[in-house]
Formats: sequence, structure tokens, C-alpha cells
Amino acid sequence: MTVLETMSLLLVAAGGTCVVAVRDPLRQAMLAGFFGILLAILFFILQAPDVALSEIVVGAVAMPLMILVSLAKIRGGQR
Amino acid sequence: MTLRTRRAVFVVAAAVFAGLLLWGFGGLPRFGTFQGAYGLVLNHTAVPERHITDVVTAVNFDYRGFDTLGEEFIFFAAVVGVTVILRAQSDEAPGHIADYAFGRAVPPTSDAVRVLGLGLTPPTILFGLYVIAHGHLTPGGGFQGGVVLATGVLLIYLAGELDDLHGLYTVPALERAEAIGAGAYIAIGLVGLATGSAFLQNVWPLGRVGHLFSAGTVAPIDLAVGLEIGAGLVLLLVTFLHQTIVLRRTP
Repeated sequence: MTVLETMSLLLVAAGGTCVVAVRDPLRQAMLAGFFGILLAILFFILQAPDVALSEIVVGAVAMPLMILVSLAKIRGGQR
Repeated sequence: MTLRTRRAVFVVAAAVFAGLLLWGFGGLPRFGTFQGAYGLVLNHTAVPERHITDVVTAVNFDYRGFDTLGEEFIFFAAVVGVTVILRAQSDEAPGHIADYAFGRAVPPTSDAVRVLGLGLTPPTILFGLYVIAHGHLTPGGGFQGGVVLATGVLLIYLAGELDDLHGLYTVPALERAEAIGAGAYIAIGLVGLATGSAFLQNVWPLGRVGHLFSAGTVAPIDLAVGLEIGAGLVLLLVTFLHQTIVLRRTP
């Protein structure tokens, strides 16, 4: 395992722990997007660019957006 | 259950889980070893057999094209499900964004976001089309490119208003585009049957390795999937945003 692979693995572990540890759904959505980018970097370093591309567009863009929009709808009626 | 017992249960469970995990890790092959014979075979046969340079796309849209057809229809069903669930209910009516602001002024979109959004939209859409068109040559393909296309449309919303999207992409047009994309995948598969071969068999001319027009049915399937995913995701976004921003529950 190279230094780059070890570093990105550790970053993914730290990112995943952060997503679980944060309790506020809004912050969690942002962190989940960031976690998606970290995962994409890991996939890219492990020579899986196809999967990395999918992970960026789904994990870092589409999924957090769906969570944000749903949160906005749920919280919309409350002050 | 008190917090104390919950913690005790957690510590015991975590210790057992960690032990099992370490035991399992001990039996894993060394990092980076690959034992899949199928992958090694494909790495050697995909280029001469299918004239395709991205073996991942070759597996997705050719060798295991039937599996991907199933995945396409999972996505199709998911989009249909979301649009049905998020349709306007009888007690909902279009409202104004200021309804939820509770006396605060709705902040206007900043010029920086506007300029960045509009500036990034054309390159993003171009990149999406590039990723779709070159799925058989370089990493990417219909799925990834389709989502990038949808992201380009999302940038239009970020830079402006939701109404800008409704002018550009009316919902019936999106539904049609998604259905045509899904149907085209099956139609390409039926070409194989019609020529006396198997469903989704790569029977089209293969072209020269590395050229844009190569790899037979893979490139058209890429286009079909790109259309379906792009249109489906934009439909999903528009439906979500419509439900969140426009619709209000009437008392």
C-alpha cells in the first residue's frame, strides 16, 4: 500500500466517522457530500476512474441535494 | 433502558464486532491482489473482440448489458415513484417563496453565484455530452455523463429562479425524453434478435479501435442511457424543487 492510498483510506475513515458523529441533518448533508468527494479520491487512487466519476456525481452532488431539498420541505412549515 | 446500560451494551457489542473484524481482516488476501479470472480474461479480450478501450463500459453495456438494462429500469421506476409520491395533493396549491420567510426579506441571489452558475453551465453541459459520447473510449459513459448534464441544468436554477427551469424543460418533454432513452436501450437490444443473434448481442459494425465510431452497440446504448439518466434526474430535481419551493398546504 502506498502512502497516497493509506492517506486517502484514513481520510475516508475520518470523513465517515464525522458524518455519523454530526447530529444536525443539515450539517450531515454537507458532510455527506464532502465524504462523497473523499470516496471518489480513494476510488481514483485505486485506479477505478469510472466508479470515481459516478461517486462524484451521485455522492457529492445528487444525494446531498436530495437531502437538502427534503429538509427544506420538512422544515418549511415550521419557524 | 438507561444511558448506563446502553453504553455497557454498546461497549460489549463493539468489542465483539472489533474482534470479528480483526479476525476477518487477518484472512484477507494481500492489498492489491486480484483473483477474479473473469476480469483478467476481459482485459485481454475486450479490445480485440469488441474494439472498445474502456473495459468497464464493455462489461456494463456489452458483456453484462442485460444486467444494466435491469438497473436502468430500477432508476426508471424510482423516478416514476418519486414523481407520483411528490405530485400536488388536493390540499396543496402553488404559493410564494415569501410564505415561509416569516417576515424576513428573501435574500436575492448574489452576483457571484449568478456569474459562476451561468459561467459554469455551458462547460458542464459540454463535459456531460463529452462523457456520454466517449463512454467506450475513456472512463465515464451514459450514466456519469447523464448526471453531469443534470448538474448543468441544476446550475441554471442556482444562478436564477425555478421558473427559468420550467421555461427550458417542461415536465412532459422530460418524461418523453426519459421514456425514449429507456425504450431505445431495448430497441438496440432487439436489433440483435432481429439479425438472428441474441438479445443485446453486439452485432453493429465495430469500427477501428480508439475511434469515436467504434465498439458497435456500446456507443448508442451510452447515448440512450445518457438521455434517460439526464432527463430522469432533471425530472427528479424539478419535481423535488416544485414540491419544496412552489407547493403549499392550504389550510
